[in-house]
Amino acid sequence: MNRLDIFPAYSLSRRRFLTATAAMGAGALLSACGGGSSPSNPGADTPAEPAADTYDGPSVELEFWNGFTGGDGPFMKQLVDQFNAEHDAVTVRMTVMEWADYYSRLPAAVTSGRGPDVGIMHVDSLSTNAARNVIMPLDDVATALELDSSDFADAVWSAGEYKGQRFGIPLDVHPLGFYYNKTVLEEAGLDPEAPPMDRSSYEDALEALKSAGISGHWMSPHAFTGSMTLQSLIWQFGGSLFNDDGTEVLWDQDPAIEALTWMVDAINDGYSPTDVGQDADAIALQNGQAAFNWNGIWHMNNLNEVPDLEWGVAPLPNIGGAPAAWAGSHNFVMTTQRSPDDNKLDAARVFINWVSRQSLAWAEGGQVPARTSVRESAEFAELTDQATFAEQVDYLRFPPAVPGIGDAFEDFDQALNEAVLLTKEPADALRSAAERAAKKLEENRNRFGE
Amino acid sequence: MAPFLAIFITFVALPAVLGLWMSLHDWDYMFEVRPFVGLENYFNLFDSASAAYQMFWNGMRATAIFTVASVPLLMAVPLALAVLLNRRFAGRTFFRAVFFMPYVLGVAVVGLLFRFALDPNIGIINAGISALGLEGVLNALGISTPIPWITAQPWAWISLVLMTVWWTLGFNTIIYLAGLQDIPRELYDAAKVDGASGWQQFRHVTLPGLRNVILFVVIITTLASANMFGQSVMVTGGGPGDSTRTALMVILGEGLESFRMGSAAAMSYLLAVFLGIVSIINVLLVRGRRRS
Repeated sequence: MNRLDIFPAYSLSRRRFLTATAAMGAGALLSACGGGSSPSNPGADTPAEPAADTYDGPSVELEFWNGFTGGDGPFMKQLVDQFNAEHDAVTVRMTVMEWADYYSRLPAAVTSGRGPDVGIMHVDSLSTNAARNVIMPLDDVATALELDSSDFADAVWSAGEYKGQRFGIPLDVHPLGFYYNKTVLEEAGLDPEAPPMDRSSYEDALEALKSAGISGHWMSPHAFTGSMTLQSLIWQFGGSLFNDDGTEVLWDQDPAIEALTWMVDAINDGYSPTDVGQDADAIALQNGQAAFNWNGIWHMNNLNEVPDLEWGVAPLPNIGGAPAAWAGSHNFVMTTQRSPDDNKLDAARVFINWVSRQSLAWAEGGQVPARTSVRESAEFAELTDQATFAEQVDYLRFPPAVPGIGDAFEDFDQALNEAVLLTKEPADALRSAAERAAKKLEENRNRFGE
Repeated sequence: MAPFLAIFITFVALPAVLGLWMSLHDWDYMFEVRPFVGLENYFNLFDSASAAYQMFWNGMRATAIFTVASVPLLMAVPLALAVLLNRRFAGRTFFRAVFFMPYVLGVAVVGLLFRFALDPNIGIINAGISALGLEGVLNALGISTPIPWITAQPWAWISLVLMTVWWTLGFNTIIYLAGLQDIPRELYDAAKVDGASGWQQFRHVTLPGLRNVILFVVIITTLASANMFGQSVMVTGGGPGDSTRTALMVILGEGLESFRMGSAAAMSYLLAVFLGIVSIINVLLVRGRRRS
């Protein structure tokens, strides 16, 4: 996810950072074992595919749209330039816009036949756009690229499927992680090299920080980063946001109430100030007013730019009992074309495959590569901060592949906001939000004919 | 006339009719099939069991609160300012420019500025309050500090209204100034001869002379306030809860994020009907004052 973290405006577009349980239900089986190309595929070629490493057709231009407006934009630009330099016959033109604009403009552009050839989408938007015919199935691409689940982390790979077809080729995973300010820990007499990793030591550390006059962990009432924190906690406490096929809302149950109560208690116990503003939790860590901040991996770039800041990263502390962490994922997509051009499709495959293999350079921009081979390489291990976040890859969760699932998160975020701002009891806030979200899911099922 | 008519039909009449048509369908432009649903989108807005109901009326309530709170201030403050700036004094033009200046800023700039200035924990306003030692005064008044300017009610509304007044008062001031300059000087001279005080001059010469200008200002200010969007998006994000999520934010989310365009069109029409009624009431109120 890419966003200037000082820019609250775009935290509005909630569909950019949803998440939930890994879709292991009836809707998304782990298939994609080499086959799975659908007969309804526009532009699906015969099985005798050319190797997807080279393109030898006539010169083509590819339009590539994404929302990398933040610190990660230059990294992608560099990759595109390098690709263009290495491939004479293909020219990729990259257009960058804010994610919120991107998601509302893309369908309109596709309808008028002016959509890009290749785009990037967050994993939680794939099913909605698949159901609305904005993007096309990529099973043939995955086949041509000889990609299968073994190339990727399971949760990431299966989250890109909708109704048995593949719609996204994962580029990265961006999990939530644990940032801590070493200087502040030292001031409170804590070990700056061993941050607390379980509930009791975490609470002890918060208590020690409080004695030193520091609010250790600022609880954000906003989607960024509060909603991601709450989601991680719900899974840690053994709960879920939705059932596996995304038909029921489960965040009105005990684990969720427990998770949100833990956040609210931190405020009541004086471990966090009240009324934390958007991004104030992150700024507080930089200013030495907080010791801990649970934030996305993309936030590293911001901290790297702060001179003389002594900070460290770790996987999320396990508060609830089961290890779990929120994550998003950027996926390559190809948009539905009115009149598919086989040359462009081939070139697009080559481009997607090339970037996917080069994703080490992308990881430097504050991401975990989705491809297992890259993630397990020695070069990636050298990016120690990113590699630390990547340790969580086996217990990351994504939302069920249900069209319109994003609509439910608006209510989830509202419940978080009401509870953390102390205007409602956690249980009340969660229950009324769950009721509203359940209605939306039901209406969406009718709409998308689920 | 013909060019105007062509533009009017293309950009006003057609979209309006198309919007009405949309609101009668389950409309998603990505789908070939857009089922006709009659008035269902409208009925849903009056059916408390539908998902749209609570969202929409909470949005309408937020819009109403903001309009009722901001319009009187945006009417009165610029009028007082215009009367002052209409006097002859050194530096008059400079002050006119100063008051108008914020208006040229975009909502994104103003929003970002206030978003950080008003931050409850790290904002300059709360920092200023404690630097000046005003906390004791506020606490004595029963106000707990630091003030949660954008994360609790009623502070969030107070912040949004005041920042909007600061941002847009220049526009209404300029309109009033133009109106003031149209009032003949002889009327004031005659009033003075009759021994009218400053207040009486304002009451019996200035206000009646500005009647049409006031009508214009009240209508466009009401419409502008009812269309409030950017300030909430940038400063409060619609929070706390959804208390500052205005009708426009709800409509945008429904139409362009959830892609329920039929429902969003129905909401827009309902909002338009309300604004039409409010505008008519405004006209009647201002006209009614003619009896004086």
